[in-house]
Amino acid sequence: MADKEKPPAHSGNFLKAVFAIAWKDLAAELRSRELLSAMLVFAMLVILIFNFALKLDARTRITATSGILWVTFTFAGTLGLNRSMAVEKDRGCLDGLLLAPVDRSSIYFGKILSNLAFMFIVEAIVLPLYSLLYNINLFNPGLLLVILMGSIGYIAIGTLLAAMAVQTRTRDVMLPILLFPVVIPVVVAAVEASGGFLQGLQFSEVGYWINLLLVYDVIFIAIAFMVFDYIVEE
Amino acid sequence: MNKKPVGLLALDIICLILLAVATYLALGFAPMEANMGNVQKVFYFHVANAWVGMLGFIAAGVAGIAYLRSQDPKWDIVEVAAVEISLVFFLIAIVLGSIWARPVWNTWWTWEPRLTTAAITEMIYLAYFMLRGGIEDPNRRARFSAVYTLVGAVSVPITFMAIRFFRTIHPVVIGSQSAQAQGGFNMTPDMKVAFFFSLFTFTIIFIDLFWHRIRLGFLANKVEELKLKVME
Amino acid sequence: MDKKSGTVIEVRKLVKRFGLKTILRGLDFQVDQGEFVALLGPNGAGKTTFLRILSSLSRPSLGDIRIAGYSLPSQAAQVRQKLGVVSHLPLLYGDLTAEENLLFFGKLYNLQHLNPRISEVLDLVGLSQRRRDLVRTFSRGMQQRLAIGRAVLHDPEVMLFDEPHTGLDQDACDMLDKVLRDVAARGRTVVMTSHDLVRVEDLATRFDVLSKGVISASSRKADIRSGNILNFYKNSLAGKNGR
Repeated sequence: MADKEKPPAHSGNFLKAVFAIAWKDLAAELRSRELLSAMLVFAMLVILIFNFALKLDARTRITATSGILWVTFTFAGTLGLNRSMAVEKDRGCLDGLLLAPVDRSSIYFGKILSNLAFMFIVEAIVLPLYSLLYNINLFNPGLLLVILMGSIGYIAIGTLLAAMAVQTRTRDVMLPILLFPVVIPVVVAAVEASGGFLQGLQFSEVGYWINLLLVYDVIFIAIAFMVFDYIVEE
Repeated sequence: MNKKPVGLLALDIICLILLAVATYLALGFAPMEANMGNVQKVFYFHVANAWVGMLGFIAAGVAGIAYLRSQDPKWDIVEVAAVEISLVFFLIAIVLGSIWARPVWNTWWTWEPRLTTAAITEMIYLAYFMLRGGIEDPNRRARFSAVYTLVGAVSVPITFMAIRFFRTIHPVVIGSQSAQAQGGFNMTPDMKVAFFFSLFTFTIIFIDLFWHRIRLGFLANKVEELKLKVME
Repeated sequence: MDKKSGTVIEVRKLVKRFGLKTILRGLDFQVDQGEFVALLGPNGAGKTTFLRILSSLSRPSLGDIRIAGYSLPSQAAQVRQKLGVVSHLPLLYGDLTAEENLLFFGKLYNLQHLNPRISEVLDLVGLSQRRRDLVRTFSRGMQQRLAIGRAVLHDPEVMLFDEPHTGLDQDACDMLDKVLRDVAARGRTVVMTSHDLVRVEDLATRFDVLSKGVISASSRKADIRSGNILNFYKNSLAGKNGR
């Protein structure tokens, strides 16, 4: 047979595995669109509810916008994380991934890529929608930067915790309970920085928050990378 | 390991004595503070309890890392003990903080960075116990707990920094008082005696309870082992 | 890579504990190249646990394991390249087509010339017609066959099957057996756990019984008169064919 298995070339294989896993998640989701539609519908409902729950005049709306956006992203993000891991657990697919001769952390990074992609898609739809509904211009480069960095931090720790949560008895409830207390720095920093940019503050004034986000992102990606093995191996 | 070791018994007695002395020092010996009155005396135990909470927090983090590196289940027992103690002592500290805040600032809760971070740490602990409750396999339970302890231990200092900066930008007006509401005052030498003695006392209490709780964990394990032997 | 001539799986004094419970108690097990071992035993005896350890999905508490010349768990990555595993869960992605599933796993195993290989494998398991269909439209029998396809994609030396006939009807079982025979015919070493003694009688060359945490009996097919597998099994459990 011309195609016998080659000896594992670990480093090249690592990236290949990461992208294969991310591609697999995106391809499957594009077919069923269950995860994305759930996240989107949920996000829009949250925004709708906020409209009635907080009666905002035009001025306070600007200051409240960043908070509302991040609450929306945080909760919708949880849905995405849960679903993405549940797929692996339900059909035993996680075992399939573990049987492959690849580094366990490639599973982590592959999952981060796909989870981030889902979150970005949702954000890309929510932002223009919110802009339209509330007549606020959200196409602010600073804001987009914050959304990028905040999402990365959220997904980095969220993917790790989702991998844990999905292996417990009370799966769906477990993730928010584990995630929210430890993701507070991201939420605080993201809301403050977003609000700052929307109000037209200079970069130097929100610099502290951007730094905090950067520190958080780097630290937690590093930690998750180091401990992921312990979560998936028995 | 069946009877309580003599050392532990001695420590128990020492703790009781120390606690009695510390109470006297805080309530009787230390002078009354000019602005806040007698309620300020809550401060001595409030800080001491928070201090013990911190000790437990650090111990838990260390135990978590030790477990991941060695896979030795003994570290899991140490970790649970540390988290439990930290949980309880932070709770006491928070409650004492409320008791202190009410008459002084006319509010039960000040969004003071340390207090708020303690409350968030409590939530992490609760999540920790819920996580443990949802896992049957002891090995997996220990591994996941250790990982979450590590995650929590790293996120709490970052949370503190975030909240502290948040507070400097958005000062909270507590009741009718100024924005600081962090209980600043200057300590006289007598107050310092009471303060440091409280810290010392509660450190000893921490060691005592930690020892007790770890011992309890080992004994519980022994019971499980014996149960299984009998069943076979 | 040192292996005794022909020994592909070697297990010595394997112990597996879950907390305080001991499931496998010093199990010894040896399989030579080309053997098809049927692993029998009562429920809860530890067959699945044992297979998970062999597949590198679970770590042993104590003991030595060598598969295809590599040790577990220290050389797990190399072992995985040589193993094909089929469990009773399909391990497939329902929202992808059969082809896409195989493409995905092919990439994970870093295989070259994937497309012809995928065609070959789909032929082997009789699913060429359903190449572009979503796996969630497959019947359970078809999913199991595709799962076997996934397992042989990288041409492993050793195959492990955990109760592959679970949940399949007669026809599906017959088809599965045909595939199993093809797979085994290429000189591969197979270990399969099963409840279905009749099915297994045809396929296997050797029968081992796992009971009370150890292999309590082992016998080559040639040494058991035909139709007496059931007696062999019952006797083993009662401790008569003891080791």
